[in-house]
Amino acid sequence: MMFKMSAALAAMCLASTLATPASAQGAKPTDPQIAHIAYTAGLIDIAAAKQAIAKTKDKDVKAFAEDMVRDHEAVNKQALDLVKKLKVTPEDNDTSKTLNKNASDKLAELAKLSGAAFDKGYIDNEVAYHKAVDSALETTLIPSATNAELKSLLQTGLKIFQGHEQHAEHVAMTVK
Amino acid sequence: MRRTQVWILLLAAGLSCRSPAARAETIEITIQNLVFAPTDARAKVGDTVTWINKDVLAHTATARNGDFDVTIAPGKTATRVIKKAGDVEYYCRFHPNMVARLSASPD
Repeated sequence: MMFKMSAALAAMCLASTLATPASAQGAKPTDPQIAHIAYTAGLIDIAAAKQAIAKTKDKDVKAFAEDMVRDHEAVNKQALDLVKKLKVTPEDNDTSKTLNKNASDKLAELAKLSGAAFDKGYIDNEVAYHKAVDSALETTLIPSATNAELKSLLQTGLKIFQGHEQHAEHVAMTVK
Repeated sequence: MRRTQVWILLLAAGLSCRSPAARAETIEITIQNLVFAPTDARAKVGDTVTWINKDVLAHTATARNGDFDVTIAPGKTATRVIKKAGDVEYYCRFHPNMVARLSASPD
């Protein structure tokens, strides 16, 4: 129950963080900021997965975490290739900073747990995190992106992360 | 090596058989941007299904009824010979939002 609550709260915080435009006065995030946010979101999930691979003893949780590392590294590589091609320099922004801050808090919180409590904490957060990222992609990042190739990469990213969300939900059902 | 032998056998079977309808075929299913295409594929028992993964991500073609579970590495192909007739729904274990069907009729 506590976990559910904290995961739900975290998701709400993340959703509002991501939905809040990166720059001040409610302006839409720019393409360099969107690229930075998307890349940062990927790095965060890779870091969370690496922590899980090191800590978990559950084979389904471990396999899921390995899938996350593999997919997010592949997507981030595509993102880097695209920004290079477009000669866009990803620009750090308040949304990316908040994401990083929340993620390091979560890593620290999960670091204190072990066994089934860790597994549940990790996988519930994965469900919540992917939900929040998907909602941010749909409502803010994709509509704000102006470059067609960036928009298309984000749209593919959305399908991938929706897949991860369902995959995480399946694993969550097996973790008590 | 083994694939080459299979192909030689298939080729030999094809050459020795007058009726093209009875020849085992290869059904290609492309995976791109997390979509199996065609989503509804038809085949006959004895046909080979080839999944062509054009994504940068690994995918699987996993039958809901447990008939097959094929992993297709990014940019690679994987094949499977259809052994029994029936309609099978399959999905990707890594991205369960990817769903497709394979209908196999008896030879």
